[in-house]
Amino acid sequence: MATFLGINLFALSGQLLIGLINGSFYALLALGLAIIFGLLKIINFSQGALYMLGAFAAWIGLEYLQIGYWWSLLLVPIVVGAFGILMERFLIRPIANEDHLYSLLLTFGIALVLQGLFTHWFGSSGLPYAIPDELKGGTKLPFMYLPNYRAWIIVFSLIICTGTWYLIEKTKLGAYLRAGTENPQLMQAFGINVPLIVTLTYGFGVALAGVAGVLAAPVYSVSPEMGSNILIVVFAIVVIGGMGSIGGAILTGLAMGVVEGLTKYFYPEASNTVIFLVMVLVILLRPAGLFGKPA
Amino acid sequence: MIKKLNLVLLGLALLAPLAVYPVFLMKILCFALFACAFNLLLGFAGLLSFGHAVFLGTGGYITGFLMLNYSITPEIGIIAGMACSALLGLIYGKLAVRREGIYFAMITLALAQLAFFFFLQAPFTGGEDGLQGVPRGALFGLIDLNDNLTMYYFVLAVFIAGFWMIHRTVHSPFGQILKAIRENEPRAISLGYKVEQYKLLAFVLSATLAGLAGSTKALVFQLASLNDVHWFMSGEVVLMTLLGGMGTIWGPVLGAGTVVGMQNLLASGPLSNYIHVVMGVVFVVCVLAFRNGIVGELQKLIKKNF
Repeated sequence: MATFLGINLFALSGQLLIGLINGSFYALLALGLAIIFGLLKIINFSQGALYMLGAFAAWIGLEYLQIGYWWSLLLVPIVVGAFGILMERFLIRPIANEDHLYSLLLTFGIALVLQGLFTHWFGSSGLPYAIPDELKGGTKLPFMYLPNYRAWIIVFSLIICTGTWYLIEKTKLGAYLRAGTENPQLMQAFGINVPLIVTLTYGFGVALAGVAGVLAAPVYSVSPEMGSNILIVVFAIVVIGGMGSIGGAILTGLAMGVVEGLTKYFYPEASNTVIFLVMVLVILLRPAGLFGKPA
Repeated sequence: MIKKLNLVLLGLALLAPLAVYPVFLMKILCFALFACAFNLLLGFAGLLSFGHAVFLGTGGYITGFLMLNYSITPEIGIIAGMACSALLGLIYGKLAVRREGIYFAMITLALAQLAFFFFLQAPFTGGEDGLQGVPRGALFGLIDLNDNLTMYYFVLAVFIAGFWMIHRTVHSPFGQILKAIRENEPRAISLGYKVEQYKLLAFVLSATLAGLAGSTKALVFQLASLNDVHWFMSGEVVLMTLLGGMGTIWGPVLGAGTVVGMQNLLASGPLSNYIHVVMGVVFVVCVLAFRNGIVGELQKLIKKNF
């Protein structure tokens, strides 16, 4: 049993690993939220419910349609993204010009509907989802045992997050997107179909939640409440990171996951609240968020 | 003309428990007060607080705890609950009014979550079980509140007091300045008003009255539970205010009555599993097509046709 300064290194590294994993989910979900809010100025309170939808889609795919994990990883984001596109086109676009807080209320209502329906269809206790065979097992490291699936979560979400960040910040498509949301009229004058870009971006942000759901299915049990449990934390993360900042959301998500993991080791009861405490501190000291631009 | 309407409503309210189950009416009154307090912040100051349940719950827990463990009369318990909510409102308000719009909503939500976990962990709240069997006591040491009918008239008096407080606030110069801040904050600042102080005062008032509603509710149901501080309750009060009509005096009352009535109706019928779904659908429909709420649409109708 390795100890260093009285800290049990096995337990600590175990918690840090769990923290990184949670952080990966926070980062994926916060990324979707940051894209949708930062670029589209829509406060998407249904991000958690769509994450839940992704997990359930994967579960249903496996249970009834024999669609395996790897196919789900590809198909579920498309399905959830399509659902998001429909949501945006028919429910959110009509109130796009109103006060932003209406989008919060609307998406909150949608989240309620989704959560209520799934609770009614599937009950509130969690459903199991098996880890795919290729990712079973793990490797023994000096200070801890690293399950392969957990490592996969961290690697995959890092790939998606950096890829998305690169797409938005460094490519021409991303430039169109950023310009189109900053000054839609001018972009439309240039002949670019801005409403289409908005709809597709929303679909993409939502698809990120869906892929997080598939990723989560083998690790957390698939339950209708999984979305609302995580959503408030993810919002706090987006506020800490700075509500317009894409990179900020990713980094803060990972960082907060680690902070939560560390807190769980030293003072477990506070692990749920520490992120909100950080949020209060950030708001007091740096209101625009760690990576945000001051208004 | 308005005074006569008030008298008619008062008469109806006094006679209502003869026709309708008093506890149901008391539930509506408590939530109506809560929604009116919330509307003071949302409809009149333009601040959407997404964590207002924390004040409802604080009032309830403090009153419940004091009534259970000390032999005090209910009005002292309620005042204590209100005072704690006011204090919490002051602290939370000072933190939250620095930002506006969505940030304000998120800060209030996060602060409410902090409070939720505190209430979950703190030994005095009984955690998941909540505080049960809160005694109603005897008002002023004289009037036994265990009879539902007596309790109803007490709750009605409390509601009228809180409602009158809000009415006076809204129709005062302070209320006008709040509306000015809501409509055009930069202009209010340019006119020299210390906007943050006004917002803070509105927040504290709203929190205090929400605490009053919570304290009274704890005595009505003789229970204080985590439900009252959960963010779902915050969402419910937003729905009540939105449905009834933001920025109107009577809107939240109607909204509260409708939502509580709807929940009651659905709970005993075939749609009992669909309560959240129905609430969500009502939310969506309200935001898309019914933004002025019941009272707002009625006012528009009256203005157009009369």
